[in-house]
Amino acid sequence: MSKSRVNWPAVALIAPAVIILLAVGIYPLLFALDVSFRQYQLTKLYLGTDYVGFQNYVAVFNDALFWQSLGRTAQFFVLTVPAQIVFGVLIALFIDGMRWKALSFLMRVLLVIPIAITPTVVGLVGRLLFNRDFGFINYLLSLVGVPPVSWLGEPLPAMVTIALVDIWQWTPFVALVMISGLSLISQEVLESGKLDAGGGWNLFWHVQAPYLLPGLTAVLILRTADILKLFDMVFVLTRGGPGVSTELVSVYIQRVGFRIFDMGVASAQAILLLILCIVLARGYIRLFYREVEA
Amino acid sequence: MSVAPQARSVRRTRFNRHLFTHLWQGAVALLLIVAFLLPVYWMVTTALKTTADTFAVPPVLLFQPTFEHFRIVYEEGSVAKSLVNSLIVATSATLLSVLIGAPAAYVLARFQFRGKADLWFWIITNRFISPIVVALPFFLIARDLRLLDKHIALILVYLTFGIPLVVWLCVDQFRAVPREVDEAATVDGANLWQVFFRINLPLAMPGIVVSAILAFIASWNELMFALVLTRAEARTAPVEAANFMTGFGIRWGPMMATGTLIVLPVLIFALLVSRNLVRGLTMGAVK
Repeated sequence: MSKSRVNWPAVALIAPAVIILLAVGIYPLLFALDVSFRQYQLTKLYLGTDYVGFQNYVAVFNDALFWQSLGRTAQFFVLTVPAQIVFGVLIALFIDGMRWKALSFLMRVLLVIPIAITPTVVGLVGRLLFNRDFGFINYLLSLVGVPPVSWLGEPLPAMVTIALVDIWQWTPFVALVMISGLSLISQEVLESGKLDAGGGWNLFWHVQAPYLLPGLTAVLILRTADILKLFDMVFVLTRGGPGVSTELVSVYIQRVGFRIFDMGVASAQAILLLILCIVLARGYIRLFYREVEA
Repeated sequence: MSVAPQARSVRRTRFNRHLFTHLWQGAVALLLIVAFLLPVYWMVTTALKTTADTFAVPPVLLFQPTFEHFRIVYEEGSVAKSLVNSLIVATSATLLSVLIGAPAAYVLARFQFRGKADLWFWIITNRFISPIVVALPFFLIARDLRLLDKHIALILVYLTFGIPLVVWLCVDQFRAVPREVDEAATVDGANLWQVFFRINLPLAMPGIVVSAILAFIASWNELMFALVLTRAEARTAPVEAANFMTGFGIRWGPMMATGTLIVLPVLIFALLVSRNLVRGLTMGAVK
């Protein structure tokens, strides 16, 4: 009997997952790779779908709009993630240090709500709150004497709007990640830290901050991935407009594929995005899952 | 004699200080709760306001609620149909994810085999892949197979995130079941399937339910695949909601009523699994 005897019952338990994942996960990616080397215009299929070598990739590299959409995505990251981290950490410190334990528990539960809400609906509510004429945001601003802002009608305010909505939705996520970091600090460490470092900033920097570092790394990597994916909220709130001023990379590729119908070029863009995503995932795994590969 | 009043005053200052801490912390907490729940409140109240009240400046805080918009939404039928579609798609995708994912998670938790590291890598990578990368080829494949605007196309594509989510969360759960339980059952003559279905599955049920709820929320909320793969017949609720933004004159009331109906089940589920949501979103890296 050979040593590597196959455990057939175990294979039968795991096989469906492997087969389905290959069929709906890997096969489409190979399909996209194939299409990315073809001429493939959905509205001009009479032109045929012949292989065109790297022509689509050359087109992407020369496409200023594609690089601009990546640049805008980076800009969006800069507008949102630092704010989410600062507010997230502050909220986490506040909730973790609350004396009123029942209220602290309630806050932790309620913070889940923004994270879970359908992003499409978040986009719709954003339309309402940021409406120029009767939106609540402009009403609040009018109380301090600011004239109405056309949030969704001009490029910069539109970018600020989607950033604010993203900050609203994802700051609670950062806060909850940070709370789980803070909860790892034992009471003894905290007490002796208070004696050594005093309170306030010293306590935070020397005692609490080290516990927040792993969560911070996770937040940075996951937010990067999620911003590269971001589509629904922006699609509903601004459709990438006005003009292309809020067209983040996923929104742009969707437009090239499903509104311009150039599947070849869109696939080439998607493959480049995929490579970016895999590099990110590699980094994430190296940081957090070394043990599972053993 | 002289100690007593002093102690009392110390106690009183301490009491005052506690009261003060409670007060300012309560105030900040209230502010945060208002900030994070205001959009939800605004959505629900707009759904219940008359159209005139919606456009009022300054906004009306006290108003006579009306179910008019919900009635319109119900009578027009397309929203109700889209909610049914969402329910069919999300429930099927969730059930399939659990049926396929839980056994795989068990094997991953218990056995060593070649290719295991690659499988892990695929599962985690999935968390990072932008859906547009899968949506483009999936659209072309579904078109060739004549599966556009059919529930099954969406259900299948939702497995690309449903299965990994279930596998990831359930592996932890199966690892928590002691190996000795398996070994004792094997000694008693049970085969692997019996060990899995009769013993491990019931023991891991809490974790499986949590992963199912998270998979349901993710499927229920999804927009891009649904936008690309459905037209009229299989259109899900998020697509229906997004369609309110096209055409002339936005109907805010019915739109917010639709939003409320979409968000309601998600809110209930999210509150049920509030402790596990972050674990699900970080694929277990943050407990």
